[in-house]
Amino acid sequence: MDTGAMGAREEILGRIRAAVKGAPDVEIPRDYRTSVTVADPVGLFAERLDDYRAIVHVVPAADVDAKVAELTEGKRMVVPGERAWTRDELAAADGVVTGCAIAIAETGTIVLDTRQGERAQTLLPDYHLCLVRADQIVGGVPDAVARLDPARPLTWISGPSATSDIELNRVEGVHGPRTLEVIIST
Amino acid sequence: MSGTFLGMPGGFPANAAVAVQDSQLRYNLRKATHTIRGKRVKAVEELPDWMELRAAGKAIKDHTLRHLDRYLLQMEEAVTRAGGTVHWARDAAEANRIVTDLVKATGEREVVKVKSMATQEIGLNEHLAAEGITAYETDLAELIVQLGEDFPSHFLVPAIHRNRSEIREIFLGKMAEWGRPAPPDLTDDPPALADAARLHLRERFLASKVAVSGGNFMIAETGTLVVLESEGNGRMCLTLPETLISVVGIEKLLPTWRDLEVFLQLLPRSSTAERMNPYTSTWTGSAEGQDFHLVLLDNGRTGVLADEVGRQALRCIRCSACLNVCPVYERTGGHAYGSVYPGPIGAILTPLLRGFDTELDASLPYASSLCGACFDACPVAIDIPEVLVDLRAKVPHGRVERAGMKVAGWVLNNEVRLAKAQRLATRFRKLVPKRLPGPLSAWTDTRDLPDIPEESFRDWWERTRRSERSGRPRNEGGRGVSEER
Repeated sequence: MDTGAMGAREEILGRIRAAVKGAPDVEIPRDYRTSVTVADPVGLFAERLDDYRAIVHVVPAADVDAKVAELTEGKRMVVPGERAWTRDELAAADGVVTGCAIAIAETGTIVLDTRQGERAQTLLPDYHLCLVRADQIVGGVPDAVARLDPARPLTWISGPSATSDIELNRVEGVHGPRTLEVIIST
Repeated sequence: MSGTFLGMPGGFPANAAVAVQDSQLRYNLRKATHTIRGKRVKAVEELPDWMELRAAGKAIKDHTLRHLDRYLLQMEEAVTRAGGTVHWARDAAEANRIVTDLVKATGEREVVKVKSMATQEIGLNEHLAAEGITAYETDLAELIVQLGEDFPSHFLVPAIHRNRSEIREIFLGKMAEWGRPAPPDLTDDPPALADAARLHLRERFLASKVAVSGGNFMIAETGTLVVLESEGNGRMCLTLPETLISVVGIEKLLPTWRDLEVFLQLLPRSSTAERMNPYTSTWTGSAEGQDFHLVLLDNGRTGVLADEVGRQALRCIRCSACLNVCPVYERTGGHAYGSVYPGPIGAILTPLLRGFDTELDASLPYASSLCGACFDACPVAIDIPEVLVDLRAKVPHGRVERAGMKVAGWVLNNEVRLAKAQRLATRFRKLVPKRLPGPLSAWTDTRDLPDIPEESFRDWWERTRRSERSGRPRNEGGRGVSEER
C-alpha cells in the first residue's frame, strides 16, 4: 500500500470519528421472528416455488433416481464432481443437476454453497434441476442465515432468472437458467 | 450516459415543468409505479413482523454508522485475511483512479459491469472511456440506458421511463454498435426483448476477464460482500471473470452475518415486491481463485454522517420504495432530479452529498409536497420529510425572501400584530394582486394565493362570543355566519 492510499484510509477514518463524536449508541431490538415455524414446510416450499414459475415435484426418497432419469432422458446434463467442464461445454450443455445446502419454505429459496459444484456450473446451463431433501427445508430467512457458512461463496436462488426491467413486470428468463425444476424428496 | 448530469443546468422546478409536458413519460411512469405499489403492500403485509424487522433494520444501520470506523477496519481485516485487497477512496477521482489502475494492471481493455449506483455516482464508465477502457453494462435496464445514450431514472429500473416499444427501437438501432445485433424480426414482447439481451451479452460474459460491481451489503464480521439481483447478469460478472473489483459506499456495512436475516427480508419485498429476488450472491475475499479488490468509497458520505438530522439518509438500502410511492416522482420522473439518486431519497441525499452549490441542488429540498408517503414506505424508517424541512432551512435564501420571512415572523409571533395585519388584509382584500411584481413573482408564480375572507376567524370568534354573552341565540359554525349576511 503506498502512502497516498494509507493517507486516504486515515483521512476517512478521521472524518468518521469527528462526525459521530458524542452521538449516542443504539440498541438493536430483535423483536422479529428469529426463527420461523411453518406447519407444512414441504407444501409451503412447493407452493412458493410454483409462484416463481419453477416446476416442482414432490416424490418419496426411493423414487428420486427414477424421477431424475425420467426428467433428464436424452439431455446432455452437467453432473458437477463427475469431471472438469470447460466454460464452452457448460454453455453448450442442456442442463445441470445438483443438490442444495439448504432451502427456505417461506420465500421458496434454494441456497447453493459450492459443495454442489462450482458456481459457473449452475449458472451457464439453461436448465437447472435441483434435488432438495425435505429435511433441508427450514421455515424462514433467519433459520437459513444461521445454518449457512459465509466463508463459502453462496448463491441464493428463488425461481428462474427473471427481470422486472420492462415496465416493472416480471419476465422469466434472462441470463441465468431459464428453467428451474425442483425435486423435493420426502 | 453521464454520472454527473452536466446537461441539466436548471433547477428542479424548470426540469419538472418540461418533464410533466411529456405525456408518454407520464403514462410510462404512472403505469409502472402503480403496478409496483400494490404489489409492495401485499408483499409487506404477508409478513406478520414487518414493523419489527423495520425497527431492527433502522437500529442496525444507526448502530453501524455510530461505530463505522471500527467496523470498516474489521471489514478490511476480514477481506484481507480471505485473500482480497482493500482500497480506500476519499472521493470520486480517487476511486476512478484506483479502478482504472487495477484494470490496466490486468492488461485488459474491456470490463463487464453489474448495475451499481456507486459507480454511476462517481462517473466510472466515463472515466474508463477516457482512459481507453470500455465498460459494458449488463443489467437489462442499464443496457437500455447505455444503448439509448440516456440517463438512468430509477434505482431499480433505470429505464422505467421507457416502454416496451421504445426499448425495441433502441435494441434494433443500437445493439449492433456494441456487439451482437438484435434479431431483425424483434418484437416488443417483453420475453423477446429479454431474449435479445441474453444473446447480445452471452459471448461477452464468456470472454470477459475483468468485472466491476457494487455491493448491497458488506459484513464486517466475516468480510463478506452481498449482491442482490434478478437476471443472472450479476452472477455472470461475479463468477466468471478472473478479476473482480467491487466499489462500495462505506455506509453499506453491516456488523454481523446474522444481520443479513433482517435485510434479506426488508430489501426484496420493498424493491421488487417479491418474497425474494431470483438471485443473491455472497462471497468472502478471493472466491474460487478470483483476484478480488474492494474499493471503499467515501465521496461525501462522511459529510452526511456529520449532519445530525441528515445522517439517517445513510441508512438507505436503495430499494426505491420511496420513488414508487411519491406523487412528485410519478409525475416528473427521475431525470428532473439531475442526479443518480432521484425521488424523495435523492431530494435529500444529493444535496447532503454535494451541498447547495448549484441551482439544481439547492432546489431539491423543495421537490416534495411533504406528504410523507416515502417515510411510510421506507423499510429503514428514514424520515425524509424531516430531513427535507431541515435542508430547506439550510438552503441559502435570497435577500428579498429572507426579508419577507423576517417580517412574516415578526407579525406571526405576536397575536396583537397578527390581528391587526389580518384586519388590514381584510379591508384591502380587493386590492391584493394575484401576482407580485419583480423578484417576488418567483413566489407567486408557483403558488395560488388563497382568497382573503371578509372576516378573519379571530374577528368572527370575538364577535360571536360577545353576542353569546349578550344572550342572543346564534347558529354555530361558519355557515351560520354567512347565512346571516
